[in-house]
Amino acid sequence: MTGYLRRTGQFVVILLLFSAVSAFANWPIYRQIPEGSAVVVLTFVHGADRKAECRTRSPEEIAKLAPNMRRVLDCPRGRRPIYVELDLADKIAGDGHSRVYQRFVVPAGQYEIAVRMRDTPRTEGFDHERKETVTLVREQMFVVDFRSESGEFVFR
Amino acid sequence: MIGVIRSVLRRGFEWIERPLDRLFGPALNPVAQLGALGFFFYWIVAVSGIYLFIFFDTGIERAYESVENLTNNHWYHAGVMRSFHRYASDLMVVMLVTHLLREFAYDHYRGTRWFSWFTGVPIIWLLYTSGITGYWLVWDKLAQYVALVTSELLDWLPIFGEPIARNFVSTGTLTSRFFSLMVFMHVAVPLFLLSAMWIHILHISRPKMNPPRTLAAMTLLALIAVSIWNPAVSQGHVDLAKAPVAVGLDWLFLPLYPLTDLWGNGAVWAFLGAFTVMLGLMPWLPPLRRAKAAEVDLAHCNGCARCAEDCPYEAIRMVRRSDGLHFPTEAQVNPSLCVSCGICVGSCPSSTAFRRSQEFKTGIDLPDFSFQRLRELTVETAESLHGEKERILVFACEHGGGAGHLTGVVPLPCVAMIPPSLIDLVLSKKLADGVAVAGCAESACFNRLGIAWTEQRFAGERDPYLRTRVPRNRLKTIWVSALETSRFEHELAAFAERVAAIPEIPSALPLPQTIASAPSPEPKRMPEGSVP
Repeated sequence: MTGYLRRTGQFVVILLLFSAVSAFANWPIYRQIPEGSAVVVLTFVHGADRKAECRTRSPEEIAKLAPNMRRVLDCPRGRRPIYVELDLADKIAGDGHSRVYQRFVVPAGQYEIAVRMRDTPRTEGFDHERKETVTLVREQMFVVDFRSESGEFVFR
Repeated sequence: MIGVIRSVLRRGFEWIERPLDRLFGPALNPVAQLGALGFFFYWIVAVSGIYLFIFFDTGIERAYESVENLTNNHWYHAGVMRSFHRYASDLMVVMLVTHLLREFAYDHYRGTRWFSWFTGVPIIWLLYTSGITGYWLVWDKLAQYVALVTSELLDWLPIFGEPIARNFVSTGTLTSRFFSLMVFMHVAVPLFLLSAMWIHILHISRPKMNPPRTLAAMTLLALIAVSIWNPAVSQGHVDLAKAPVAVGLDWLFLPLYPLTDLWGNGAVWAFLGAFTVMLGLMPWLPPLRRAKAAEVDLAHCNGCARCAEDCPYEAIRMVRRSDGLHFPTEAQVNPSLCVSCGICVGSCPSSTAFRRSQEFKTGIDLPDFSFQRLRELTVETAESLHGEKERILVFACEHGGGAGHLTGVVPLPCVAMIPPSLIDLVLSKKLADGVAVAGCAESACFNRLGIAWTEQRFAGERDPYLRTRVPRNRLKTIWVSALETSRFEHELAAFAERVAAIPEIPSALPLPQTIASAPSPEPKRMPEGSVP
C-alpha cells in the first residue's frame, strides 16, 4: 500500500510540474501594444540616385581593362543617402537608408499622413510625396511602402 | 561573488532535491536525471514531430487549416501528438535551464568538466532556434507575432539585403516557398541539436542518456494527462492586415521577445551576446585549481583495466604494453581529463592495504595524496580514537556531509578511493570498532559514480570486492550532502550505538611494523576545487 501511495505521490509531483509548464506555454497573455492602438509601418527598399554621374571611359582606359570588364560607361556603385519624412499627426520619422523598416504605434483614429522622400542631389524640396487622410481602426497594420518602378508611395 | 551565487543556488537545489530524494528515492529523483530526461524529451519531440508532419500541409494557404484539422478532427491521436510536441519541447527548456543551474551550483563546470559546459552553450541556441521555427509553422496569430519580432531582430543585424520583416506586414508578400524553408529549418536545426547533444556528452563515461523506465513511464503518463487536460491549440488565423496585439506567449521559449519592446533590438542582441560569452567563459572565471593527475606505475600495473572501467571521466584508456612485461596492455592517464578523484586508486588490485613493503606503491596513484599516505592517515586517525567510548573511524568524501566532522575522520576526494581491503585492515586489526563511509547525497555524487562503485564493491558485485569476513554490522555508509551535517551526526551516533551493542571483535594480530610506521614522503593533499 505504501508503495502505491508513494508512486501516486511521485506521479502527482510530475503531473503538477507538467501542468505548470503547459500553463506557461500560452499564458499569461502578452499585449504588445496598448488597447485601441494601430500600427503604422514605414517600409521600402529603394535605390536612390548614384552618388556621381556616369563617366565615359577613354579608349585607352578601356584597353587597360580585362576583356570581360570593357564597358564604355564608368558608373560608381555608391548611392546617395535617402531623406524621408513621415508626418503622422505629431510624429516624424527622420532620415533613413535605402532599406527602411520602422514601426509606429499610434492610438486608433483619423490621421493626416504625409510622407516625403528626397533621393536626388537636390538639397531642398522632395522628389516624391504623398499626403492623405486615413482612419486607423484598432489593431490595424497600416503600411506606407514605396514602389521604385513607378516612383510613388503606396498606402496599404 | 560567483562563489556566493553558487553557494546560494546549491542551498536552493538541496532544499528541493533532498525531499524529492525521500519521495522518489535517489535512483528516480527527476532532478538527478535532468540530462537523461532532456534526451528523453528530445526523442518524444522527434517522434511526435514526424507524426505531425504526416498531417501538416506546408503551403501557406493550407498550413493553418491542416494544423486545425489535426487538432480538432483528430484530437485523440494527432492532437495529443501536437500537445506532446509542444509540451515536451517546453520541458526540454525546463530541463536545460535546471541542468545548467545545477551543474553551476555543484561546481561541475570547471577543470576537466569545461568541455561539457562549453559544448552545452550552443545547445541553448539550437534548442531555442528549433522551438522558434516551430512556432512559425502553425501560422496563427502567435506565429505572426513570432515572425514579426524575429525578423525585426534579425533585420537589426547587417546581414540581409532588405528587411525580412517587410514580408509580414501585408498580405500577398509571402509565398509557400517561405514555408518550405521554415519546414527545412525546423527539421535541420534539431538534427544539429542532436549532434551538439552527442558532442556534449563525449567526455563523460557512462552518460545517463535514458531515464529509469519507471520515471520514463510516469513522464509519458503525465504528458498524456496534460495533453488531454490542456491541449495545445492555435490562436486564430494570421491576418497580416492586423497587428498581433495580444498573444498567449510561450514564456519558456519566448521570454526575451517582450524585451524587444522594452529595450529595443540592439539591447536584446547585446544581452544575448554578453550572456553567451559569459556562459562560455565561466569555466575559467576563475579556473579550478586542480591536484596533480593520477599516475601509472608500470611496475605495479598488470593491465587489468579496472581503473579504466571505473573512471567516470574517460581519463584512462588501455594501451599496448610499453615496458616488455608479459601483459598485453597498460593503463594510460590523460591528465587533461583527470580530476584526481582517486576512484582508480580504489579499483587497482595493487592497492591492497595489507601489503608490507616498506615503500608501498600501487599501480595507479595520486601524486598529491598517495595510497600509502591514505593508509598512514587511516592508521594515525584510528590511533587518535583511543579513549573514545566507541571508536568509529569515518572515511569522508570532502564534498559530503561527513567532511566537517571533528574526530576520527579520514578526508578523501571521493569515497570510492578506498579499496575495500583498507576497511578490512581497519576492522580485522581492531584499529576501530566500526567504519563509517560518508559520501555525497546519493543522487548528487560529486564524482558521478563514486557512490555506485562503493556500494557495488561492498555488495561483492564489483571488483575489488569487500571480503565476506568483514563484519557488515560494523560498517555503515552514510550518503548526505555537505549541508546535511546534522543528519550525518545523527546517523553516525545511531551507528555508534549499534556498534556498542555488538560483541567485541576477537583479538587480532598486531599491525605489522611496516604498516604502522611507514615513511611518508608525500605532502598532504590539497583538496580539489579549493580556490582561494
